[in-house]
Amino acid sequence: MDGRLPDHAASLMPDGPLSIQAIEISKRFGDIHALDQVSLQVDAASFHCLLGENGAGKSTLVKCLAGFYRQDGGSFLLAGREQDIRSPRDAHKLGIGMVYQHFTVASGMTVAENLMLARDDLPWLLNLAREHQALQSFMADMSFRLDLSARVADLSAGEKQKLEILKQLYQKRRLLILDEPTSVLTPAEADEVLGMLHQLTRQRKLTVLMITHKFREVTAYADAVTVLRRGRLAGTGRLPETGTDEMASMMMGNPENRPVQTGPERTIPAKAQSMNLAAERLIIRGLHGSNDRGVPAVTDLDLVVRSGEMIGVAGVSGNGQKELVEILLGQRDASAGEILVDGLPYRATRHEMRLHGVYSLPEEPLRNACVSSMTVAENMALRNFDQVPVTAGWKTGWFLSRRRMVARSRSLIAEFGVRPPDPMLPIDGLSGGNVQRAVLARELGQPVNLLIVANPVFGLDFAAAAAIHQRLQMAREAGAAILLVSEDLDELLALTDRLVVMSAGRIVHAVATADADPVAIGHHMAGGHA
Amino acid sequence: MHDGVALGSLLLALLGGIMRVSTPFLFVSLGECITEISGRINLGLEGTLVFGAMSGYGVSWLTGSPWLGVLAAGVSGMLLGLIHGLLCSLPKVNDIAVGIAMMLFGTGISFFIGKPLIQPEAAMLPSWHLGSWSHDPQVRDALRVNALLPLGLGLAALLRLAFKRTRLGLVLRLVGDNAAAARALGYHVVRLRILATVAGGFLAGIGGAFLSLYYPGGWNEGLSSGQGLMAVALVIFARWDPVRCALAALLFGAAGALGPALQSQGLTQGYYLFNAAPYVLTLILMTLSWRPGQTLAGSPGELSLTNRS
Repeated sequence: MDGRLPDHAASLMPDGPLSIQAIEISKRFGDIHALDQVSLQVDAASFHCLLGENGAGKSTLVKCLAGFYRQDGGSFLLAGREQDIRSPRDAHKLGIGMVYQHFTVASGMTVAENLMLARDDLPWLLNLAREHQALQSFMADMSFRLDLSARVADLSAGEKQKLEILKQLYQKRRLLILDEPTSVLTPAEADEVLGMLHQLTRQRKLTVLMITHKFREVTAYADAVTVLRRGRLAGTGRLPETGTDEMASMMMGNPENRPVQTGPERTIPAKAQSMNLAAERLIIRGLHGSNDRGVPAVTDLDLVVRSGEMIGVAGVSGNGQKELVEILLGQRDASAGEILVDGLPYRATRHEMRLHGVYSLPEEPLRNACVSSMTVAENMALRNFDQVPVTAGWKTGWFLSRRRMVARSRSLIAEFGVRPPDPMLPIDGLSGGNVQRAVLARELGQPVNLLIVANPVFGLDFAAAAAIHQRLQMAREAGAAILLVSEDLDELLALTDRLVVMSAGRIVHAVATADADPVAIGHHMAGGHA
Repeated sequence: MHDGVALGSLLLALLGGIMRVSTPFLFVSLGECITEISGRINLGLEGTLVFGAMSGYGVSWLTGSPWLGVLAAGVSGMLLGLIHGLLCSLPKVNDIAVGIAMMLFGTGISFFIGKPLIQPEAAMLPSWHLGSWSHDPQVRDALRVNALLPLGLGLAALLRLAFKRTRLGLVLRLVGDNAAAARALGYHVVRLRILATVAGGFLAGIGGAFLSLYYPGGWNEGLSSGQGLMAVALVIFARWDPVRCALAALLFGAAGALGPALQSQGLTQGYYLFNAAPYVLTLILMTLSWRPGQTLAGSPGELSLTNRS
């Protein structure tokens, strides 16, 4: 036993949950200090949260721990022993597993195949009967079940995230790192997933280190919290002693200028009563549409949006919201039904959008609303590059005036605070929040009649999210009709006048936001409607 | 009565076509299937096919052993596959563009090296005369089977099992479905894709050896008529399933025999039109298996051909 090599250090480590100590970890990318001597202490069998705005260095820190990056300085102690983690494989050997923000399940394969692939010791020839038996007995011990023979593509977002966690548990991980695992889940699903992880820590089977943006999750589940800010350690605290105000001030430095929404506090616009009198801007009647695989995704959908009103569409992702937005924006054909804008038939052509003042802020704006290799100025001109203010020349304007295009872009950049303020940069060089701002500037840079918005603050930090929410409210005050599709119920409760819930392609619940009951909405989102 | 005889001999001719014409389709499509399952597309297999035909013929002529020729064809196919795989692993290199370049390179280099091989007679692959019981020459002809055909059909069944029941098969599908997931599990995505492309090149090379060492036999520059390209379409039609690839290859073989079969029946009008049957079939099947706004069921998520992003 004494003659073991250092490589086998992993097998010398005690069983059960791991404790971690990160000591003065530093990491540079070029000139940028992503991490500057950050230390972290996570006790064995604890539920530890890592908080911070976008770019604070949270992901970099955990990627060093999981073996994806090599830190430039500092070291990690696992169960009190220093370990050199050079690759994800090293991390796996030590019992460290990672669950990402974006799914890393293979959607063309079955649940069983995904779980088998997660095994480090998969034999070259599989005995499928025995593998299935092992999986079934593993599944029987879990507090939630998935159909082993289901194709992952047919699972909901919540189920996919559960599969990610099951994959890690099937590999007997003793430390689980989760990078914003609930960003695509409903509150009910998030509670189910986090509740299960919490229970596993109480049973002393697992240590959990979770990156999150949501204070609600920290206060509900964490034992301790570490806050990073601009690559440095901003503070640390134990729960429940540390309050959300304290965490927010650690995250942002100066809490006075940065209002933070904690929990479902909401501001109901005073004009909600007069809404019935306003013009019906968007009328959808009996709309049907199919998804990419030809399966009906939107079924017999009716919806009315009036001017000066913001309607929220809640629902678990994959229940037809994406297809609905794509139909409204002309990215997808409806198979049946009628869409009227200002009382006229609307088929989402460029001409109709211009005529009726229809603008949009789709999700993943870099993919759905930008040409990623073009400059910020060009992207900002996508709506009106062929119209008279931008075009120049004899009478009708055959030529595009780059000078006017860039000038207009400069004023939009200044008005909407796009960083860096350079119209000639390719737009895919901007951060997510600034791409969103640039698109917002293009879409809201003129009077808007109807605005279609989908998950506008997905993955953005508090400041960027608050700025975008404020712009949406301003557009509504100016009389725009807004359809806001979001997976974040707190966002919908805070902003909208009326709420509808989509499930399996239908609207299954409609309520004035002032009277909305989050429990009932969660129930309908989960498909539990009569 | 006369019509019955004509129909019978037409069917026999089609069967003969399956035995002779479908084997190159079969091997190229199985090779392409392995490559595409891993998330890469190799359009260069037409070049690999021709290169395999040339090197197989050359080695058979030099050594006198047609089976050594088959092996050489496979190895030279692996070489072209390796070049394709390595080139595509460079950053920002598009596999479709590399494939087209490799197709031209493969055929060009074969014509260049193969110039002295047009005259000599190499040893041909033997065949089994399963129809020797019959006195009808057409039956005897239709039942002449080359060992490569059953070998390929067996390989198709084996591959289907391998994709479901072996670690390598599952990992290849994972790499083709979601490269990020494969990386997260510690697999070498690039290495596996190169491996899959090399394996695909091996099979396509063997398909080429069949062309030069069995049917039509001999080496000339018009040996292949686009079978390598049609096999790529065939894989899509077969939805990346090796057994369906095999069935589709047999169907294409029969379609390829339609023109000559009708000609032997004395039908001379529209002969060239019937010769176009495999190409028309390709177009029809591609149109039928595609619908606007839908992705193909079963398509590897990483494939640049069917990727929606």
